[in-house]
Amino acid sequence: MDARTESEPTAMKNRTTAERKSEREFVVTRTINGPARLVFEAWTKAELLAKWWVPKSFGLSLISCEVDARVGGKYRLVFKHGASEPMAFFGSYLEVKPHSRLSWTNEEGGEGGHVSTVTFEEKAGKTLVVLQELYPTKEALDAAVASGEIGQGGMSETFDQLDELLATLGASVRRS
Amino acid sequence: MVQYEIARLDASFGALSDATRRGVLEQLGRADASITDLAEKFHMTLTGMKKHVGVLEQAGLVTTEKVGRVRTCKLGPRRLENETAWIERYRQLWDARFDELDKVVEEPKRKEKVNGRKN
Repeated sequence: MDARTESEPTAMKNRTTAERKSEREFVVTRTINGPARLVFEAWTKAELLAKWWVPKSFGLSLISCEVDARVGGKYRLVFKHGASEPMAFFGSYLEVKPHSRLSWTNEEGGEGGHVSTVTFEEKAGKTLVVLQELYPTKEALDAAVASGEIGQGGMSETFDQLDELLATLGASVRRS
Repeated sequence: MVQYEIARLDASFGALSDATRRGVLEQLGRADASITDLAEKFHMTLTGMKKHVGVLEQAGLVTTEKVGRVRTCKLGPRRLENETAWIERYRQLWDARFDELDKVVEEPKRKEKVNGRKN
């Protein structure tokens, strides 16, 4: 299968991989330079999640971020770009195992949304993060691919355009 | 050029900000459909659905074609991509997120090393 891509390895950052693992699931991996405890906190504390979930480089603003990381607890993230209508992403937590595992539903698309599960595995002070997006059926994942939607990455096409736009503006507006 | 890009982006965000319109895209990802089909599926009036489809069309996410008396909707050219390209886009989003996560994790790590707090 060629449906796998990897970023250029550099001295500074670790590689992010993304792969369709099966008919119903999609997996992203990355090693983060810190202990699992801190990575887990960054996923479960609203004030920390807000710092990284909507990457600054995409020019989006986070309007609100509510996280109640307990089994059955809810999360809700709202963000927008420019003068557009805000978009909300929400769901609830299915599993919360401190420092090792988190699982949540994605309910903004109505019923039949996918379930996200992330695991944290610490090795020598670094943490391997494995994120799995499991769709209810093969058709659901195929439809997501066809429509360009994928949960909170649903705007990734738009993100991508923004990226191109930023690249176009690039040299003149470069920030350090 | 840049203005055009920004206008297009706003159109995309506007189009995607509505749950019904996201539902229509998902539906069209499975099969083409007429406006009548879509209106029934989403329990709306024809006029209401025409409006939603118009917004999606404006954003380039959907195209429509009238054959006889039926207007058929399908995903626009910007949506028809292969899986590899889609996965790469998704990977880029997560790559950017993880870069920021690295920074968030770096912060408390440094503080712990210094073993002191600033407030």
